[in-house]
Amino acid sequence: MSLKVKNLKVYYQTLRGDVKALDGATFTIEDGEIMGLAGESGCGKSTLSNSLILLKPPMRFVEGRVELDNEELPIWDMEKMNHFRFKKISTIPQYAMNAMNPIRKIGKMVSEILKSKKVDYKSTLPELKRRLDLVELSHDVLNMYPIELSGGMKQRMVMVLSTLMNPSLLMADEITSALDVSTQKAVAKMLVEFRNRELVKKLMVITHDISILYQIADSIMIMYAGKLAEKAPTSVIINSPRHPYTKLLISSLPDIGVKYSQRKLTGIPGKPPLLLDPPTGCRFRERCPVAFQKCLNEEPPFMEIKKGHFIACWKEFEKNA
Amino acid sequence: MLELDKISKVYKTGTFGGKKLLAVNKVSFEVKDGEVISLIGESGSGKSTIGKMILGLISITSGTIRLNGVDIATLKGGALKNYYRNVQGIFQDPFSSYNPVFKADRIFRIIREEFFPEIKIDEWNKKIDSSLRAVGLNPNEVLNKFPHQLSGGQLQRFLIARALLLDVQFLVADEIISMLDASTRIDVLNLLAELKSRGLSILFITHDLSLGYYISERAMILYRGGVVEMGSTEQVYYHPLHPYTKMLIASVPRLDKKWEEVEGKLKAKHSELSTGCVYYERCLFADKDKDCAKRPPLIEAESGHFVACSHYMEVNKGV
Repeated sequence: MSLKVKNLKVYYQTLRGDVKALDGATFTIEDGEIMGLAGESGCGKSTLSNSLILLKPPMRFVEGRVELDNEELPIWDMEKMNHFRFKKISTIPQYAMNAMNPIRKIGKMVSEILKSKKVDYKSTLPELKRRLDLVELSHDVLNMYPIELSGGMKQRMVMVLSTLMNPSLLMADEITSALDVSTQKAVAKMLVEFRNRELVKKLMVITHDISILYQIADSIMIMYAGKLAEKAPTSVIINSPRHPYTKLLISSLPDIGVKYSQRKLTGIPGKPPLLLDPPTGCRFRERCPVAFQKCLNEEPPFMEIKKGHFIACWKEFEKNA
Repeated sequence: MLELDKISKVYKTGTFGGKKLLAVNKVSFEVKDGEVISLIGESGSGKSTIGKMILGLISITSGTIRLNGVDIATLKGGALKNYYRNVQGIFQDPFSSYNPVFKADRIFRIIREEFFPEIKIDEWNKKIDSSLRAVGLNPNEVLNKFPHQLSGGQLQRFLIARALLLDVQFLVADEIISMLDASTRIDVLNLLAELKSRGLSILFITHDLSLGYYISERAMILYRGGVVEMGSTEQVYYHPLHPYTKMLIASVPRLDKKWEEVEGKLKAKHSELSTGCVYYERCLFADKDKDCAKRPPLIEAESGHFVACSHYMEVNKGV
């Protein structure tokens, strides 16, 4: 059982034409896998996760096929997707801290959500309480309003809610970025715990903080300007990345023990191309230190060069050939 | 040199302001010329409150802040304006620091109108050019644009360039890189480090410990409004003495090491003006010791390394 995404293209409709935010993504997440998705802002990582659960205008489905556990997901159809949302595929949104209804007590809100999905609240309550214990929230939160909870607590409450129906796929979009390190660690570990207890089968964790992914993810996928750049097991991405963008990205991360006076880190010069009318060839070529003639004209495919290691780079294909 | 002497801030909370919340509790430190100090703490630890008090954006409940010996609370009119010539702040969200209706370079024009009306336009434009180049921007690319046409990193650098135009001595940098992408983050950090070598002092407020380590000489760890540990960055990062600092350092996601099973308790409820050690509820070592019922003072454990824990010796036994 797995999530299979094949050549998925999702564009944003604007008055000046289509913004090609997600331009052909092909990848697989197996059961039990936590896949990290990283990249700069605007690279299409949130577009990818949003399109799998709620593809609404101005997003436009162009082409592609998504299969979850051998069943095709009709992601272009708002109505038909209702059958999958929450039960089979669920998300912890980027705005999890503001995701709850401020004028309902949390317990009441949960019961309303369950009712809309035709699930009985009373019979779910014992399980709900077990889940609250799991994320170290007191049962009293069900009688509280969201405003009474701290940011980290709200995050955890939404985590419990999103996973209540044991979805097959859970997507967590930047859920740790607004938290401080100690809470961040706790929340990240809870995601792993959810997977270990098989409350969710597979996870897609979206963040721009690669060091978090190193701690919890099994594999990491790097996106650049609407395209997939590299996907490999976590240790491979961190220790021996092949794509020039991944290399630059990893080397620009400050780590404890690195000081300006001793070792000056450098950023990646330049900025990503506009996706309204993206250039031909490789989209990273303008910032790439090893780009050559072929990158200008032809777009590199996303190919498996070693088992489980996919990249899209002509230079590396040459080396590999 | 900027000195903070036992400054405290009490916020009134609750529906009618009946409850009190001690956001900053008798914090004292000094920032020397050309020094970068990082102020590290979780949300609600009072780190931004300290920054805002230095910038005079909120009142100080008790204590004094002195710039080169002058108490800033007494400054008024022209003297206060002069203070802002020397001390400026940059904040987390570059997008909301601008008025979206006007072009982004309006901030430079305002500076001239307010502070340097005597300088001629041509000369001022040259100054703008040189300070934009100093922050690594190409004036032709960024001038005459609206905020939405510029990236977060560019806007953040604009704000730094603005501070440069004023010839500031002291910069309060409140979480200025947490909104930026990993690839541009480091450029802004490098820029700050460069400015430091020109003699600018920086109070670098962050919750990201690795960023703090990268550019600062001294680090201060705040917890619930009080300094729990203070020292040179090497001392604080490699030999943390306070249980809270230890937990923080262990929680930093790193690229060379996986998280160890050093577990702290999750955030405890905010208690009101209690008298004991602020970290008591979450501390793994606090159980039996009676001293924890009193607020521990900052003790100098080794030269220049202070810790606010009454039994740090015990905590660090065998380390």
